[in-house]
Amino acid sequence: MFKKVTRRQFLKTTTAAGLGVLAAPAILRAAGEPLKVGTYGGYFQESFDKHIYPAFTEATGIEVESISEPTGSAWLVQLQAAARAGQAPADVSMMTQTAASKGAKDKLWMPLDSSKLENTSKLPEHFVRKYDDGSVYAIGALSWYITLVTNTETYPDAPTSWKDMWDPKYKDTLGLLAKVDNSFLLEVTATTWFGGTDIMDTDEGILKVMAKLAELKDNVRLWYRDEGQFQQALETGEIPMGQYYHDVTGLAAADGQPVRSTFPKEGGILDSGSWCLIKTSKRQEEAQTFINYMSQTDIQAKLARKVGTAPTVPRELTDLTDEEFAAVSSDIKPIIPRYDLYNSKGDWLNQKWAELIAS
Amino acid sequence: MSAVENHSSVPERIFSAKLLPPAYASLMLGVFFLIPLGIMLAVSFFHRVEGAFYEPAFEFANYARFLDAFFIKILAFSIGLSISAAVIAVMIAFPFTYSLTRASRSTQVFALVFLLAVLSLSEVIIGFSWSTLLSRTAGISNLFAALGLLERSAAYYPSLPALLLGLVYLSFPYTVLVLYPALSRLDPELSEAAQMMGASPVRTFFTVVVPVMKRTIISTIILAFVFTLGAYILPQTLGKPPHWTLSVHITDQAIFEANLPFAAAMAILLLLVSLLMVAITLLMGKDDAAGGKA
Repeated sequence: MFKKVTRRQFLKTTTAAGLGVLAAPAILRAAGEPLKVGTYGGYFQESFDKHIYPAFTEATGIEVESISEPTGSAWLVQLQAAARAGQAPADVSMMTQTAASKGAKDKLWMPLDSSKLENTSKLPEHFVRKYDDGSVYAIGALSWYITLVTNTETYPDAPTSWKDMWDPKYKDTLGLLAKVDNSFLLEVTATTWFGGTDIMDTDEGILKVMAKLAELKDNVRLWYRDEGQFQQALETGEIPMGQYYHDVTGLAAADGQPVRSTFPKEGGILDSGSWCLIKTSKRQEEAQTFINYMSQTDIQAKLARKVGTAPTVPRELTDLTDEEFAAVSSDIKPIIPRYDLYNSKGDWLNQKWAELIAS
Repeated sequence: MSAVENHSSVPERIFSAKLLPPAYASLMLGVFFLIPLGIMLAVSFFHRVEGAFYEPAFEFANYARFLDAFFIKILAFSIGLSISAAVIAVMIAFPFTYSLTRASRSTQVFALVFLLAVLSLSEVIIGFSWSTLLSRTAGISNLFAALGLLERSAAYYPSLPALLLGLVYLSFPYTVLVLYPALSRLDPELSEAAQMMGASPVRTFFTVVVPVMKRTIISTIILAFVFTLGAYILPQTLGKPPHWTLSVHITDQAIFEANLPFAAAMAILLLLVSLLMVAITLLMGKDDAAGGKA
């Protein structure tokens, strides 16, 4: 889905952004041009193009131009570079929590007018992110789970615990995300083996978690940056197990692929995307209308049904049935990523992580 | 040109006509090479703001960070890998090109067009194709298993041999296209003379053709070395994390970590080290280059 950005799409986006930088005068937009909304390319963007944007345009009269984003942090770098040049490759972008906070540190996001965002009052507090001065810069867009996925032909019985990833019988079978701040494997390891992520409060604790994680390296066949690469390998059984997105796996299974997503008993990883408005945008009004529209409970329910993501509003406010809710979420307490660490000591974590997997 | 020379009574015109090509070359060099390089050099001294972006400064922190056993090891591995890939590619390409220059015209044209077609493939496509060919579920090992050579199919990637294979495949067309002009200009009388004196074709190849072409071979290896040094997708698709080259780590820093100063510093160091390698190779070749050019 969003993570399913193929290299080609990524290059396309990069090139487009690069050309955008060159075409500076063209960026002086005339009013009446569409609002540019960025979501992760691939299936995810297709679902938005099909189910969300046309209905939004019908309801508000605002045209949307759909922009394909590469994975969170890569898009953040492009937005930062573009903002320095006074440009806006997309007005509103869906950003991961880590990327949203990093952008906020750089004051990349335009403060939003809370009075124009009445629908966001139903969102839990952590989905309404604020600058130190109290102004809002990010609104929760949707949530997704990263779970334990397996090929059903290779493994007729589903694994039940993240601990299985450490089992020697799975040697050379795992596909795991290659970056510390999108795999959240430290949180998984801490929750599975150390009773929770509190151990990550200290550097010594983090190193302990990393040492435990290093024990599963022999089981890893592929550390992937490109999600398309893993999804294909999972479907063919080449790499029959790993961590992946619950929603895309469900869709692949619905398409008849021999794959399944399992919520391990320690919980799935709950990550989410937030809407952020780049400070160089000239479409603040329309952007706020869009964000407000997307925060409605019935739109959140529609996202769950059509895109397969978990709603950001509390479940009881939506009209989702038990079955519909179970398809996108789980009653097991989720593993919540330690976003605070990626902001306060991101470089250190990245360095230690690189040393962990590359040695 | 002769017209210009005959009209030496119009010095201004000669002046401008003669200076135009170098001026154009310098302009292009400046716009497309020196200015970007200068920006990169400047950024490499900038201050990284963690969790955000960077701000202008002059500090050596980015270079200091590189002087760590971790990155030095990666640098050494990257250089060793690229040299190996370049040498293997040239070892295969040289005899191939030599026989090609002695083949019929139509065979030559066909082979060169084919190689040009291979050149048009991107690193992405090459990486994905080889990973499929080397896979357990769809790869060549299924063929070996069907023939009874293997008990059951096996996966050959990610691994160092797979990565080397990919890099050799990537640089092979370049090496052939660089070797081809030199080898086709090689005087056939040289090998004919050797064979008249009783040397076998194989012996002629190793004692006459290879020594005569020594400089061409060295410059082709350098080209392939520099070319494979920049590969950053193949190490990710065909190699394991220990095989990720410095180019992969530079990409990571620039694209995923937003740490452009550190990425720039690594790129500058990689550039310096590869220039140094090229210089050493050229100096080594200088002493005994008497056999010289073809």
